[in-house]
Amino acid sequence: MAVQDNQPAALDPAAPMFKPNVSGRYKLDRIFAALAWGATAIAIAVLVWLILTILIDGLGSLDWQFITSFPSRKAERAGILPALVGTLWIMGVVAFVSFPLGVGAGLFLEEFAEDNWFTQLVEINISNLAGVPSIIYGLLGLAAFVRLFESVTNGRTILSGGLTLVLLILPVIIVATREAFRAVPDSLRWAGYALGATKWEVIWNHVLPSALPGIMTGMILALSRAIGETAPLIAIGAAAFIPFLPEGLQSQFTVLPIQIYNWVGRPQAEFHDIAASGIIVLMAVLLTMNGVAVYIRNRFQKTR
Amino acid sequence: MQDTIVMTSTDFAIQAEKVSVSYGSTLAVKDVFLDIPKNNIVALIGPSGCGKSTVLRCFNRMNDLIPGARVEGRITFNGQDIHSKQVDPVQLRRQVGMVFQRPNPFPKSIYENIAFGARINGYQGNMDELVERSLRGAAIWDEVKDKLKESGLSLSGGQQQRLCIARAIAIEPEVILMDEPCSALDPISTLRVEELMQELKQKYTIIIVTHNMQQASRTSDYTAFFNARATEQGGKMGYLVEYNRTEIIFQQPSQQDTQEYVSGRFG
Ligand SMILES: Nc1ncnc2c1ncn2[C@@H]1O[C@H](COP(=O)(O)OP(=O)(O)OP(=O)(O)O)[C@@H](O)[C@H]1O
Ligand SMILES: [Mg+2]
Repeated sequence: MAVQDNQPAALDPAAPMFKPNVSGRYKLDRIFAALAWGATAIAIAVLVWLILTILIDGLGSLDWQFITSFPSRKAERAGILPALVGTLWIMGVVAFVSFPLGVGAGLFLEEFAEDNWFTQLVEINISNLAGVPSIIYGLLGLAAFVRLFESVTNGRTILSGGLTLVLLILPVIIVATREAFRAVPDSLRWAGYALGATKWEVIWNHVLPSALPGIMTGMILALSRAIGETAPLIAIGAAAFIPFLPEGLQSQFTVLPIQIYNWVGRPQAEFHDIAASGIIVLMAVLLTMNGVAVYIRNRFQKTR
Repeated sequence: MQDTIVMTSTDFAIQAEKVSVSYGSTLAVKDVFLDIPKNNIVALIGPSGCGKSTVLRCFNRMNDLIPGARVEGRITFNGQDIHSKQVDPVQLRRQVGMVFQRPNPFPKSIYENIAFGARINGYQGNMDELVERSLRGAAIWDEVKDKLKESGLSLSGGQQQRLCIARAIAIEPEVILMDEPCSALDPISTLRVEELMQELKQKYTIIIVTHNMQQASRTSDYTAFFNARATEQGGKMGYLVEYNRTEIIFQQPSQQDTQEYVSGRFG
């Protein structure tokens, strides 16, 4: 070790090569904290404002009678029951069909399909489908479910509406599922294989439970989108006025957003108030649904 | 077993003949010959990146799971070619267990970590007993016996690694591949694992990758020294330098490189 004399200057411990500038870095910290806080505050302020105006307009006319009555030409007698039941039916169809289909497709693409130009093409297309305007899905649903498969769906029914919304949200669920699967570390898969597990055992017992919280987050986003959709259901011809309750998948139906849209469009101010009441009901359904999804998600996160 | 005695192929758990592995177009290890005698501990040593883990993964066909990995040459397990049609990789992995370089318990309860392998392999006996026996076998029972329902991830790194060893021995394999099982362990846990290996040796054949020369010389019966040399393409290619009884590798190796490596005067 006789090279000490001609060591480069960079290694000379006396030379101040580091300027930590701690105060400047802390300042940057604070600036970003303030920016993030501001962004959150704006989002919350808008939300609070929205909710408050809705509550002020709608709480007055929101009562049990409103929830249990059929629509009427007189605002004070009008209720939301068929739309509420219709929304519950539709969301039931959407959840039960889109979950296995979306998760199955995501699972196949991520775990089984070979990574070649074809799967990449499929991947790009699915991502793009998530951005297609919902009215296009409505037209597709009209052509496919209402017309082509009329013998199965019986036309403009809950089944047609639900399946149309399934098409609409499938891309979101597939993309979320793939991301969730991709986030599961390979070491977990290897641990399973090394014990003599088959591919399916590894996926079912280890990968899927680990990915489920991410999948459920995708489901929440997707169902939240589906529950508020109006255009595609109008396109397939959901009725605006239903004086009876849907009795099954092959019944005609209306849903909350359509009912609300219908009331908002009337000239009388009383109808605008019950529209606000309808929005409160819609939000309550949305919150309940997401609450269930969050509960499922947390159950699976706890065991990790 | 003395090396003067001529061994027949039935004395070997695993035999590798001219095994080469490449990832994509780069050759990672070339022409490895390795005979692993039953009920012995064989250590694989060598500098980082020379392909020890790669060779280890050949023995339970774990390289099958790496896209682009290709294994050439002939590997036999109990005399049977593991790449032949008769050998199912899923069943092979049950008989050739593996403990990984980084502890990777399942994100499930400690109990379930052990029970999973047993259940999928159709274990018929009492599960509680098996869990206790395996955890005792891996010298971790006393630390976890009161919290079997807790997540395997709630354990310390060293405990997790022993849980992984327990999980591997629960399905009673014939060979256990250990990839630096002690790299995340403190000296006391390391010693426990080494003692454990001596016990396991009665029933199992153990192949262990280690960077710890003392560990290799203390625990193993045979040692294989791997090295890597630069290739024309600018990459590195691993190869087996020397394989012999551990005393010989450490005291009178035939190769200069081995001598330098085991005495710490390397590179
Ligand atoms: N999954 C993989 N894909 C591509 N190349 C790989 C992969 N795993 C290993 N390699 C390459 O193979 C060579 C040998 O790697 P390997 O992990 O077997 O080395 P090692 O001897 O176990 O090293 P260490 O002691 O650091 O664990 C390295 O050059 C590495 O880059
Ligand atoms: Mg390694």
